[in-house]
Amino acid sequence: MSVLSQLNVGESGVLEDLDLPESVQNHLMHMGFVPNALVTALRRAPAGDPTVYAIDGMEIALRRETAAAIHVRAAEVPEAVGQKEAASQKTEGQKTEDQRIAASGQFEAAQ
Amino acid sequence: MSGCCASPAFEPPQPPQPSGQLRTVVLIGPPNSGKSTLFNRLTGLRQKVANFPGVTVEQRMGQMAGVGREDLTLIDLPGIYSLDPYSEDARVSIEVLRGQMAGTPKPDAVLLVMDSLHLTRQLMLAAPVLAMGLPTLVLLNMSDLMEERGGSIDALKLARELGAPVAKISAVNGGGMGAIPLFLHQHTDRAGAQPLTLPILGNAASAHSWAAQISRRTDYRAPLSVEGTRKIDNVLLHRIWGPLLFLVVVVGVFEVVFSIGQPLSDGFGGILVRIGELARPLLPSGWVQSLILDGAWKGISSVLVFLPQILLLFLFIGVLEDSGYLSRAALIADRGMRSIGLNGKAFIPLLSAYACAVPAIMATRTIENKRDRLATILVTPFMTCSARLPVYMLLIAAFVPNINYLHGFLGLRTLVMLSLYLAGFVAALGTARLLKSSILKSSETPFILELPQYRMPTLRSLSLRLVDRARIFLRNAGRVILAVTLVLWVLAHLPVLHTASGSYAAPQLAESVIGRLGHFIEPAIAPLGFNWKIGIGLLSSVLAREVMVSTMGTLYGSDPGTQALSLQTALHHDLSLGGALALMIFFAFAMQCTSTIAVVRRETNSWKWPVVQFVYMLALAWVAAFAVNHAVMAFGG
Repeated sequence: MSVLSQLNVGESGVLEDLDLPESVQNHLMHMGFVPNALVTALRRAPAGDPTVYAIDGMEIALRRETAAAIHVRAAEVPEAVGQKEAASQKTEGQKTEDQRIAASGQFEAAQ
Repeated sequence: MSGCCASPAFEPPQPPQPSGQLRTVVLIGPPNSGKSTLFNRLTGLRQKVANFPGVTVEQRMGQMAGVGREDLTLIDLPGIYSLDPYSEDARVSIEVLRGQMAGTPKPDAVLLVMDSLHLTRQLMLAAPVLAMGLPTLVLLNMSDLMEERGGSIDALKLARELGAPVAKISAVNGGGMGAIPLFLHQHTDRAGAQPLTLPILGNAASAHSWAAQISRRTDYRAPLSVEGTRKIDNVLLHRIWGPLLFLVVVVGVFEVVFSIGQPLSDGFGGILVRIGELARPLLPSGWVQSLILDGAWKGISSVLVFLPQILLLFLFIGVLEDSGYLSRAALIADRGMRSIGLNGKAFIPLLSAYACAVPAIMATRTIENKRDRLATILVTPFMTCSARLPVYMLLIAAFVPNINYLHGFLGLRTLVMLSLYLAGFVAALGTARLLKSSILKSSETPFILELPQYRMPTLRSLSLRLVDRARIFLRNAGRVILAVTLVLWVLAHLPVLHTASGSYAAPQLAESVIGRLGHFIEPAIAPLGFNWKIGIGLLSSVLAREVMVSTMGTLYGSDPGTQALSLQTALHHDLSLGGALALMIFFAFAMQCTSTIAVVRRETNSWKWPVVQFVYMLALAWVAAFAVNHAVMAFGG
């Protein structure tokens, strides 16, 4: 178990829980940061912070201290998906159903 | 989009009945769901913007002329993710939906807009909205895009799950809009129908799993995420190109304001003067003519003249915002902004303030944290707006020698001008820092920024935005300007004197009420190196900074001793070098702008903040001008 801010760019994790004030937590959950959601660190801002995360088909930027309060666990299946996604970005190759689901953020690791 | 939006999934049509009770419809939806585009399409230009009473949440209302229902009022609620009452926006939405918002009629029907590209997440708002029990039409916006990109949804199943009619629409190109008047026509029949029982969703997690279930049961397939946006971001958020392009954008705003906007405003100002001159013979000479032309029209023109620049700036920023770049700019600026206690979202208003603080303060609406927003509003007038330029230019030309350094590459005059810009910028940052570490210290509100997909801005939404902003600017600033102008004119013409011939005449300026006011405040400004005439200029510049220039022109023009001199030469009678530099720094810091005061009053919904801001900026201006004047005297200037 680790926190979101520890993900390197390109890595994915599965959201466990949020350790933030309730209002913030609610806001983030309504933006898709719910338990078992797959999160991918997409890129860092040019200054190194905040970081853009892909979740639920959206791109959301969070500062490091916020991301540090979001617990994630290693994404086993999603890890592979993350690599595939990275590969598909490079090759622009044919997309499997897996990839399109992962890319659209509909994937729920728990199921 | 062929046909996809043409068949709204309705329950079996009922015989139409006159919908007599239907008066008010509310539009609700999450941010970035295309709600504003839809609102504009439904109302056309027949809309008005105000604040909900007692809060700083913007209220838009309009007649639904876009669907031929001028008899219906559409209320646009703020873009929200949920009805959790922790945010002001959501609290306002709940009160409006319940019909408890003072001054807002109880809604009879609801249009719920959702972005069908991200339907699962957007559905989280559907349960609490439908649970309010009002007749609701669910609009799946951007369905054309969704289907183009391989997504799909069974709208009939969704209608059954939600117990409400569902229509696929495209607000951008108008597809599927026919469902809306149909719903409005039919809803009275449905009002008696028992809505389906929806689960009570205690928290966000259960709302999300409910939404996920619904989207599974309705065969929702999310479209492929677009590679295009990520590719563009690979450049625009690149470690090196990103900040460079960001700088290009910042410089671009300056370029627009100076190189294109200034001549436009000058030309427009010329036209306004000519209109006044053309109207002069049409008016009876005497005090009526003077009041209308020298008082009201001059004052109104002094504000109208900024309209081209302001609209240009709004066009520029509108393109950036509609395309999705502004979110990226906020992301890039966040690191710098946080060092003064604000976040990236405060950057855009500060940038626009180089043109004019009024639209900049209106642009602070994108900052969710109320304290951050207030801090941004309070520091924005420090940024060097275009109205300071005429004053700076006059004083620099009159008092700063034209010396060049570095083989003519850098002039002393340019240096002085740049230092004035820098002074305003530093004052803004310092004040923000001060505010954020004292009275506006907020519990660490995290920076959560959604990066929407890039879109091509549409001409329609850009022009609507311009018309909208022009109208707000003219109406809100106009009222105050008109009132203050009239008061100033009256003060300059009182007391009325009887001439020997029995007619009435205005007094000499020094003898007028405003002249006496100038003498009255002289002791307060004498330490800064200003005399009573400069004092009158300062008083008149409270209206708007550039009025100072025309006031001084009038003063010297009516005085036989300085009549023959140019304005620059004449100023030497009243200002030393120390006084001139002090006057410039005074203008850099003081909040002499009734339009700004009016807009701060409107945006903060109280007189407290504009008063605090005015006093603070005045005090800072006085101290800085005092220091500059005395420093120059000490060095024998």
